[in-house]
Amino acid sequence: MTDPLIPRDRSAHPDAYDPGYKTSVVRAPTMPLLSLDSGPTEETGPVFGHDLLGPLDHDLTQNFTQGAGLAMGERILVHGRVLDENARPVPHALVEVWQANAGGRYRHVKDGYTAPLDPNFGGAGRCMTDAQGYYEFFTVKPGAYPWPNRGNDWRPAHIHFSLFGHAFAQRLITQMYFEGDPLIPLCPIAATVKDRSQLDRLVAPLDMAMSKPMDFLAYKFDIVLRGTRQTMFENKPEGA
Amino acid sequence: MVQKLERLRETASQTGGPYVHIGCLPSFTGITSIFPEDLGRSPIAEGARGEIVTITGSVYDGTGWALRDAMLESWQPDASGIFPGHEGADPAVSGFCRFAADKDSGEFTLRTVKPGAVRARDGTLQAPHVALWITARGINVGLQTRIYFSDEDNSADPLLARIEQGPRKQTLIAEATGDGSYRFDIVLQGPGETVFLDM
Ligand SMILES: [Fe+3]
Repeated sequence: MTDPLIPRDRSAHPDAYDPGYKTSVVRAPTMPLLSLDSGPTEETGPVFGHDLLGPLDHDLTQNFTQGAGLAMGERILVHGRVLDENARPVPHALVEVWQANAGGRYRHVKDGYTAPLDPNFGGAGRCMTDAQGYYEFFTVKPGAYPWPNRGNDWRPAHIHFSLFGHAFAQRLITQMYFEGDPLIPLCPIAATVKDRSQLDRLVAPLDMAMSKPMDFLAYKFDIVLRGTRQTMFENKPEGA
Repeated sequence: MVQKLERLRETASQTGGPYVHIGCLPSFTGITSIFPEDLGRSPIAEGARGEIVTITGSVYDGTGWALRDAMLESWQPDASGIFPGHEGADPAVSGFCRFAADKDSGEFTLRTVKPGAVRARDGTLQAPHVALWITARGINVGLQTRIYFSDEDNSADPLLARIEQGPRKQTLIAEATGDGSYRFDIVLQGPGETVFLDM
């Protein structure tokens, strides 16, 4: 991609400083960001081949044990499309995910929550979008967990997403929540997204049509990355 | 009423949180059975053309504390200023690296090849630089900045020229400390705050 990027609409995103999320207070820049037009540095980015992916990379229920054992919890398929701001699919986007196990515990030395580790669950996976921008991975629904912020803050069930489009300045890290979770409106991290419609877009609906009887439920999570400004007569697909 | 603009809004960013390494650098957290190796272990392979440089630094918060949980990514062209995948690019330069602040000291190290100057769309030359992206718990939107080099001629760089305050330009320039080593500290907030890009 060598077309100029559409300038980032900062109102779509949280502010750096949000006193409800205490850690942001000392980690938020106070000076204005330096605005500039994108150039080659921002418009290019690393390219990952499909050969990067192992057969179980997208299956978090099995990948930690490489198929030797299954993770505990509610089995779910998470799927969706990655589009750009011009509503065009982003093919070959790398989607990396990480999450707590079904009990709300991360496999991490700094996580001291009482819920036990699952010997069959690592909590990381990845996949790539196809030519139409579709992705899917298979996992267990993560549990909610408490965290030290205010007196009694709990994270709603969520999956962390990291995305690479085709440009380094398209980089995005976000979180997916689950439809109907009563903890979403109580969560100070979800609340860093001030625009209600933007927060709603982080909540994946239950998708019964994509679920499989006697096997798994499905949730759909579509993601929009930054797009490029293109001349009207040059209608080439992104990445071409 | 007017016609509708058929454009989508970018999905909102959320913090990477305290466990970003599980997903991005799993071996850092001891998870080694899922992937053969972490993504972006090195921006260069054996035989990369140009000068090998080592950039060391820390990411400081507003209290002066070096973050122990920061994760960084770098992106750059080869020694001739050509980005990977473009015609004539050095095949030994992938240009992309992922690295973390040390969990005890907070220090990070990036070993790479010194990039060449980059020609922008309008033909102007940008001084050699590495793009840097920083994420951590408490960072709601990943922070973009650049690393320039103190032993290069940065006087005509268009981005640096946009920074009015002379001392603030220095926050983007890695200081040569000899033998191909550089120091580049990042200050998230307060005196000496790094210039971050609206990108
Ligand atoms: Fe989390």
